[in-house]
Amino acid sequence: MMESSKGFSSPRSTAFPAGLRVLVVDDDPTWLKILEKMLKKCSYEVTTCGLARDALKLLRERKGGYDIVISDVNMPDMDGFKLLELVGLEMDLPVIMMSVDGETSRVKKGVQHGACDYLLKPIRMKELRNIWQHVFRKRIHEVRDIESHEGLEGLQVTQSGFDQFDDGHFFSGEDMLTPAKKRKDLENKHDEKDFTDSSSSTKKARVVWSVDLHQKFVKAVNLIGYDKVGPKKILDLMNIPWLTRENVASHLQKYRLYLSRLQKENDLKISYGGMKHSDLNPQDAARALSRQNSINFEQNDATNCNSRISGNNLLIQNLNSKSNEINPRGTTITEKSSPGISHSLSPLEQEMKFPAIDGITPGSYSWREVPEIQFHQENAGNQPEDCFRRVAVPMGGLQNHVQIDQLLPVTSISSKAQLPNLIETKPLNVDYAISSFTQASPVKTRIDSFPVPTKIHTGNQQAIQPPSTNKPSMESQAFNPSCVTNLESSQRNFSSTTPESAFTSPDEVLQVGWLQDYSTCLGLQNIEFPDFGDPSMVAEVPMHLYTALKFDFEQLSDQSELPVINQGLFIA
Amino acid sequence: MDPRLRQMQRRWTDCRNSLFREGILDDMFMELQELQDERNPDFIVETVALFFTNSENLIRDLYSELAQQNVGFRRVDARIHQLKGSSSSIGAKRVTNACIAFRDFCRARNLTECLRCLQQLKEELLLVKSKLETLFELENQLVAAGGSIPRVQRSF
Repeated sequence: MMESSKGFSSPRSTAFPAGLRVLVVDDDPTWLKILEKMLKKCSYEVTTCGLARDALKLLRERKGGYDIVISDVNMPDMDGFKLLELVGLEMDLPVIMMSVDGETSRVKKGVQHGACDYLLKPIRMKELRNIWQHVFRKRIHEVRDIESHEGLEGLQVTQSGFDQFDDGHFFSGEDMLTPAKKRKDLENKHDEKDFTDSSSSTKKARVVWSVDLHQKFVKAVNLIGYDKVGPKKILDLMNIPWLTRENVASHLQKYRLYLSRLQKENDLKISYGGMKHSDLNPQDAARALSRQNSINFEQNDATNCNSRISGNNLLIQNLNSKSNEINPRGTTITEKSSPGISHSLSPLEQEMKFPAIDGITPGSYSWREVPEIQFHQENAGNQPEDCFRRVAVPMGGLQNHVQIDQLLPVTSISSKAQLPNLIETKPLNVDYAISSFTQASPVKTRIDSFPVPTKIHTGNQQAIQPPSTNKPSMESQAFNPSCVTNLESSQRNFSSTTPESAFTSPDEVLQVGWLQDYSTCLGLQNIEFPDFGDPSMVAEVPMHLYTALKFDFEQLSDQSELPVINQGLFIA
Repeated sequence: MDPRLRQMQRRWTDCRNSLFREGILDDMFMELQELQDERNPDFIVETVALFFTNSENLIRDLYSELAQQNVGFRRVDARIHQLKGSSSSIGAKRVTNACIAFRDFCRARNLTECLRCLQQLKEELLLVKSKLETLFELENQLVAAGGSIPRVQRSF
């Protein structure tokens, strides 16, 4: 039950700070009413929640829809500090804590967990009037970080990828938008002339974890082995001159928190019909089992990729291994793999036999778009047709409700990511898959090398080969994060004749995927795409695929903005 | 002004002043009065009603908790904390203070004292509730008679 005094917060159109979009979370109805009144008197846009989980849901559903969160420390369903942590990690919004308890230790804890302020109740309106400063400060810092660090990389990614971003389209609040956009926003809204003035010089460098940077980070983590990882080792591997050990350490901390949270969520949500991790390589399986059902970030190598693949792989696997017996749908469903992946695979499997690719992107980036189609896991016996019927959502419109994730993935992948042809052809599947599957649950890691049944893909056997070897054949390819997360881009490339074998390496893919979609990416990884550049692949795509899935390119391209990889996670 | 109205106004003012003078309500209540405006003419009445509903539930829970064979002092503590926070929202100062005393005994796991504190807490709540009800009634009468409520004066 969510009490909202207002629905979605639309992007602000009034002059800052008026119209600041505030989310208030407090289990006390009296305070909620009072705070709402006070904030409205400050000309802010207020949304209220009586429960932390409702607040998280709102935040996740509407990324970029809020500027700041004010939350009480004591709440029945979740510790306020935990909410604080999650919001910081996932959405990277400034959070103000409140409490009637002003004990130093509590205030300290708030600060440690990242609160940008700690208010003591009773709260007066004058204290609320200035909360906009926290939003402003954050923006300034981010812009400065970008400027001072800007690695071309980061900037490129952001600018190209984000230019078309829809505000709030991807997770992370506005703050997370690329520097370029942010700057534009700031300029537009704040009338700010020189917030960037002294930036470069003095800033205490606040690293902006761009998509690429984060990918490198995850890659390094995977190479070292999540269990053995340490900031120094990661730093060394990443080899980024301006990055400090502290930057990495703090990012690692967030990453860990993120993973453990996912794991917990997965544990709760995943209910697999029977797909266990048994197929995972020992290493992965161990990890998966021990950590989480969802995306397993810990994999370091290609094999890991396999396991990471969420539904996708699973699907493929299932299909492959028992294509005859298993109802792809059924398996998929049970797998509850990451939305994108599994979804895509299953329905298609039957018909199109496209392996993992399906899973890839669609789910990932459009997680928000994909309508949630609930499949019961028990659906093992469902006919694929059912799935088909249920879903029929064009890619663009898919709303994948990944249970797990709300924050996931779909981050924007730098524009340079291009899906290999192979993938491109698949989009259809994905589309399909996505709609059919709504498994939100994190991807089952069980994938080991999922065998892509040759029969799956009638046309392009080559394209998908059972990844018996985990190693990603893709390694050499530039994995395109976008492909992973960006179904759209694949879509876009769909018609292009120059397939870019731009598969990012599994590691990269993994990185991209903090979020669920991750798994989809992984799924891809495992699949060996022998030759993306091979036009014949495209050509071989069965026509029926095209017709069957009429995803909407337009829509896709609109959303092609490379999702920003979990920006929330990027703040170091 | 009609002497009758003037008298009603005075009665209202006296009632209000006594609430503050006796420490039953503090500045926060004044803040609430300032929040009330034409858009929300019943803001205070609604907020106060919300508070009492909420606090009655909490008191009920507290009685039930303390009546347990094995008293869950942590739960009691949590409830007290909630009540403390809630009472601060309307400025029910004496209720807040009663919560603080209660909490200390709760942490000391002193059941006898806890029960006494709970009783005290309940009385404070009843006191502020009846006083506010009187105040609102006077307001209604005043407004019904065509009068207006005197402007809130912060400097009290």
